[in-house]
Amino acid sequence: MLHIKCPYCGMRSQNEFSYGGDASVKRPELNKEISDQEWDSFVYNRKSLRGKHLELWQHLSGCRQWIKVERDTATHEIFNTHKADEEIS
Amino acid sequence: MQKYSIFNLVKNAFSNHENWDLAWKDPTPKEEYDVVIIGGGGHGLATAYYLAKEHNITKVAIIEKGWIGGGNVGRNTTIIRSNYMHDENALFSEFGMDLWRKMSQDLNYNVMFSPRGIINLAHSDAQMNAYARRGNSMRLNGIDAVLLNREQVKEIIPMADFSENVRFPIFGGLMQPSAGTARHDAVAWGYARQADSMGVDIIQNCEVTGFDVTAGKINGIRTSRGNIKTKKVGLCVAGSTNMLAEKLNMTLPIETHLLQACVSEPVKPILDRVVTFGAGHFYISQSDKGEMVMGGDLDGYNSYAQRGNLPTLQHVLTEGIAMMPFLSKLKMLRTWGGIMDMSMDGSPIIDKTHIDGLYLNCGWCYGGFKATPASGWTFAHTIAQDRVHELNAGFSLNRFSTGHLIDEKGLGTKTWIS
Repeated sequence: MLHIKCPYCGMRSQNEFSYGGDASVKRPELNKEISDQEWDSFVYNRKSLRGKHLELWQHLSGCRQWIKVERDTATHEIFNTHKADEEIS
Repeated sequence: MQKYSIFNLVKNAFSNHENWDLAWKDPTPKEEYDVVIIGGGGHGLATAYYLAKEHNITKVAIIEKGWIGGGNVGRNTTIIRSNYMHDENALFSEFGMDLWRKMSQDLNYNVMFSPRGIINLAHSDAQMNAYARRGNSMRLNGIDAVLLNREQVKEIIPMADFSENVRFPIFGGLMQPSAGTARHDAVAWGYARQADSMGVDIIQNCEVTGFDVTAGKINGIRTSRGNIKTKKVGLCVAGSTNMLAEKLNMTLPIETHLLQACVSEPVKPILDRVVTFGAGHFYISQSDKGEMVMGGDLDGYNSYAQRGNLPTLQHVLTEGIAMMPFLSKLKMLRTWGGIMDMSMDGSPIIDKTHIDGLYLNCGWCYGGFKATPASGWTFAHTIAQDRVHELNAGFSLNRFSTGHLIDEKGLGTKTWIS
């Protein structure tokens, strides 16, 4: 079982979280002309890398906050967790 | 190639079965091939077989990173069905059903195809209506479908929970009598043996490390066992599609996820159908060895680990016990996981790409095994003729941008939507 450190509540079991997918995907900016291709990429296309992956999780059965998790998709090791609005370099 | 028959079996018995031919050779890669198939799973092997058989293209190599039958073709729950509502999926799968019925004869290899029927259980009036609609759609496409009421289901699977006070009472179910199971390893071995006998090189323990693409055309591939020149490359690497797409600078509407399955200890025959739970995601059948073969939901997050996590297994088996309480008395024998291409609409992709000579076969989600023959047949056609067949025309890569999604269940990677 994964143990995820919620930045608000501390270390909790995977059972309390739900998954929200790739956190590096950015929604095209509002009020800007965008091509179908850009919209397509945002909605459907994912890199889904093997190795380090930045992803969204929600602490659904806890504080209900969305968080960002850096996790290895091959070993399931979790390197770091961040608040959703934190910029990660 | 030695034919497998009762006479050859008897003949070889006299020499203690020590003189059988190898089922397939272990060749070193040649410098050039007409077609290179990447991925020696069920779909790759079937593609090579149909390239040779239907299109007379035999200068073909299958490049496999591991060994034949070690990936998802040996990790699935062996269910074969065509109980789809949408035309694209229904016609494609029903074409496959026909290939399944002939497969053992066609390959001279007993794949133990067992058309025992699949029952999708319904747990509400609304679900019965939805199943009636799906059943009607299936029949319009020439697929057998029977809507069963509660009593009829009870007659077929009396071991399910038919008591009054359960959370999800069984209202009835939709049955496809011609669906069933097959021995998955035999499917891989049968295709491999026939493809090899027609001249296909099956190259195992060979990892693809890169592609030679110039001016939008494929010229060859780089592998851990040297470079190979070719004008046509077919990707059949469900589970690793995103990794190879990255080497091609492509981003696909696919996420890689983990799906688990498990078997119980073997018990005497109790279940002679495939049954799925309608109020969640759980399916079960009994193998010829007597093990109860079970599976259900994805683990739910991107994963390349070919091993599962306990919360999902517990969740899935809770559904199983709700449906068939006797399962709680059984011991678990084995659990394992495989990695899936989860496409964004839950349907596969068999198509050409923007790179000339590069063909894509991926996005099989939960249903790769049953599609093996039809996928190989249509992919071979797509590669050989350089155009899609009408059976796989709907499984196009650009359907996501044009809006022609095939949303059979309205879920792809996002299992939580269900």
